[in-house]
Amino acid sequence: MSALLSIRDLAVAFRTETGRFEALHGLSLDIPRGRTLALVGESGSGKSVTAQAILRILPRSAEITRGQMLFDGGEGPVDLARLPEDGSAIRAIRGQRIAMIFQEPMTCLSPLHTVGDQIGEALRIHTGADRREADARTMEALARVGFPDPERALRTYPFELSGGLRQRAMIAMALIMRPALLVADEPTTALDVTTQAQILALLGRLQDETGMAILLITHDLGVVANIAHDVAVLYRGRLVESGPKAEVMRRPGHAYLKALIEAVPRFDMAPGERLTPIRPARATIPPAREAPRLSGPVLRVEGISKAFTLRAGRLFAKPRIVQAVSDVSLTLEGGRTLGLVGESGSGKTTVSKMIMRALPPDTGRILFDGGAGPQDVHGLSGDALFAYRRNVQFVFQDPYASLDPRMTVRQILAEPMEIHGVPQAARRERCRELIAMVGLEASALSRYPHAFSGGQRQRIGIARALSLEPKLLVLDEPVSALDVSVQAQILNLLKDLQAALGLSYLIVSHNLAVVDYMADTISVMCRGRIVEEADRAALFRRPVHPYTQALLAAVPDPSLDHPLDFAKVTGEASDPARWPEPFRLAPEEAGTMVEIEAGHRVRHGALATQKAA
Amino acid sequence: MIVQVLRRLVTMAVTLLIISALVFFVIKLPPGDYLTNRIMELRATGEASSVAKAELLIRQYGLDRPVWEQYLIWVGLMPGPVGFSGLLQGDWGWSFEYDKPVADVVGDALWLTLLVNVTAVIFVHLVAIPAAIYSATHRHTIGDAVVTVLGYVGLAVPGFLLALIMLFYANRWFGLSIGGLYDASLTNRPWDGEKLRSLAAHLVVPTLVIGLGGTAAMIRRMRANLLDELAKPYTVTARAKGLPPTRALLKYPFRMSLNPFVADIGNLLPHLVSGSVLVSLVLSLPTVGPLLLESLRNQDQFMAGFILMFVAALTLVGMLISDLTLVWLDPRIRMGQR
Repeated sequence: MSALLSIRDLAVAFRTETGRFEALHGLSLDIPRGRTLALVGESGSGKSVTAQAILRILPRSAEITRGQMLFDGGEGPVDLARLPEDGSAIRAIRGQRIAMIFQEPMTCLSPLHTVGDQIGEALRIHTGADRREADARTMEALARVGFPDPERALRTYPFELSGGLRQRAMIAMALIMRPALLVADEPTTALDVTTQAQILALLGRLQDETGMAILLITHDLGVVANIAHDVAVLYRGRLVESGPKAEVMRRPGHAYLKALIEAVPRFDMAPGERLTPIRPARATIPPAREAPRLSGPVLRVEGISKAFTLRAGRLFAKPRIVQAVSDVSLTLEGGRTLGLVGESGSGKTTVSKMIMRALPPDTGRILFDGGAGPQDVHGLSGDALFAYRRNVQFVFQDPYASLDPRMTVRQILAEPMEIHGVPQAARRERCRELIAMVGLEASALSRYPHAFSGGQRQRIGIARALSLEPKLLVLDEPVSALDVSVQAQILNLLKDLQAALGLSYLIVSHNLAVVDYMADTISVMCRGRIVEEADRAALFRRPVHPYTQALLAAVPDPSLDHPLDFAKVTGEASDPARWPEPFRLAPEEAGTMVEIEAGHRVRHGALATQKAA
Repeated sequence: MIVQVLRRLVTMAVTLLIISALVFFVIKLPPGDYLTNRIMELRATGEASSVAKAELLIRQYGLDRPVWEQYLIWVGLMPGPVGFSGLLQGDWGWSFEYDKPVADVVGDALWLTLLVNVTAVIFVHLVAIPAAIYSATHRHTIGDAVVTVLGYVGLAVPGFLLALIMLFYANRWFGLSIGGLYDASLTNRPWDGEKLRSLAAHLVVPTLVIGLGGTAAMIRRMRANLLDELAKPYTVTARAKGLPPTRALLKYPFRMSLNPFVADIGNLLPHLVSGSVLVSLVLSLPTVGPLLLESLRNQDQFMAGFILMFVAALTLVGMLISDLTLVWLDPRIRMGQR
């Protein structure tokens, strides 16, 4: 049987201010029926352009310059490249025969329209169904993708849903017409590991049910290893390797794919093994400095809690209280890295905000030792607080949103020093030092952030955080917005800087592989509580808590020998009432931390504690 | 929801009270008032009877009392010489300049002002929205350039100049009498068919003149908003679903780009009232704009105070309308209230 979609010699060019730029140079690719083809590559490799070209939703500045895309969805082959732009022929195929899901489920759904309206819309335009019929079919689709209450979901708005449910809604929207081909552009990149595993499981199940083909665009080899049948690797607009998954992944022929596999943090790395970035960066790491000797830890968090009050809608209704963080204690030794792990909503970001003193805790205290003995962070004021701000700096997740587009890199780096009264001449000197430290050219200083790639921007963010010579860096998902090919660079840079400058890191992430690579000790958070804490090695050697186990089980491994067990990723592991004994917690129950080996503590429920006593 | 509206109404009342105090004291800031000035003038010419009348007025409106008492009497929170009789009781005061109650002077002008401005607002939206959509979807084409240039011209030409030019040509080509909102011969007629027809014909020029600047500004902003929204991923989703381009445009990006304009309704009304003073003068429109100018110049305090309060009330009502519309249009705001 012929391929479902056969792309031959496809070229796409963009008109830019500096002239024409070819993003795809004659791509030839077959998408077989009923199978999943993973299209792998870093950003800029042309993988998203391919997806947009298939649906003919390329940006206005791009055009297909040659080649054909023969699509045979059962009614004879059609060359998609020849159909008139936005004409009725291509519109009949879009959403009906070929559907698409995107990376960012929040921005891909309109916030002003209900989920039901947006999903049913495809049905209404393609079949002329009326609203009642569309609603009924939409409910079916929502049930199929795992919405607990499809009838209610019809009338909810996207912003009322969690990231995972939003992506499920997108999938329901794409699949309502039972398309022959689903184009999935990084469908799980913006999601937690556990949610990612659930979405991948869902895609696999729906493929079995409907027999659709999936074109999966991703840079995550772990995802590829787990759900793809075939793999095609794109590099700079050219296909460099393709074939069945087992062949390509086990015997990568092209140097690029080999490099890509080397660049991803894995669990089976030897202690001290370094990631090999695809393009090595030339950072000038300063000579090692003697870190001040501290008598105790640099940061000690003692039993902090935080509750948020949601305003009540009705006049006499009680306001709803959400306990975001309950009784969290952490210890970070100087020069070491503490990893704080959990799904979104587990309270890890709230903890980091309280450490930054952006939020006050309701109870508990945070002690920071900058060399002059431990001080309560939330008791600081005036000069002491100003000094604390200097000692603790933050690196943000999104390198696009965290740099002011109207400031040059020099202004961005100099601003913290300006605030803290560093003299002008010293500032200029320090800016040059910083930019070399993170591996960028000095000429970068006079440019604006938009001139840089995501990885380079993240380097600028790190340089800014280092400008005041802090002692503690809080890293909130420092690489989750970045391509795998640059993740390794950033992680290695952070490690080198830590060794040289004696920095302490608090790294907040849902990516266990990243935390595994970076952290010395790890604390796992669920629903505002720490459920397990241990040394890195101990935690990965012997995860005890069911939640930790579920998190670990959900990380897709790029090696074909450790496939995900999709049956285990049901999402029940984040409900304390469903944990097995002795971990089960009743609602509102705190439980107690029990030490099971030196430095390895796990939260047990009250029932189990009583028995033990 | 109802609680929200009630809460808003209470805040509005408080705001109005504060504004009334500000308005009153600012008007009273210059030394003297209309009557004392007048009395001095009359004394100089020796018209005893008029002086007596003016002094009667001073007593009647309590102008011989301390300023804060005058204020409370004006608002109607304190009994004046003739008992409680202020804004709260519906007595808008006396216009010394016209020697008539403010209500009689302002009368028709109030609703004609509303009429002219509401017509202008409708005109702005009717012209600006399609022009902006066209210009955003046909970016970098000749059509877009034409709309842009016309927009800049509209922004740059002062309204009164345009008014003068249009008056001249309207008279020359269509024989329309110059100025006013209806033919001068109909001034004292009740509102019958003929007068209404005359009104409609006379509305065209002021609507164009007052609306044009706003239209140009709105086209520019709406185009920029739409271009932002067109680049958003959900617009791509809509296309990927197979929606026809126009429907996709109107349902998603256009709807999103409306928010700032709805939020602006509150500011639009008072801005049009105060911004159209010059145009009203040139076109001799019987609206409150020229009356306000004159009363402020003559320290005709009750008249000026009332008109300012009217504009303030208009602003607050406009804000309320725009907030309620936003709540209705945007579920994010609606849910945020919970």
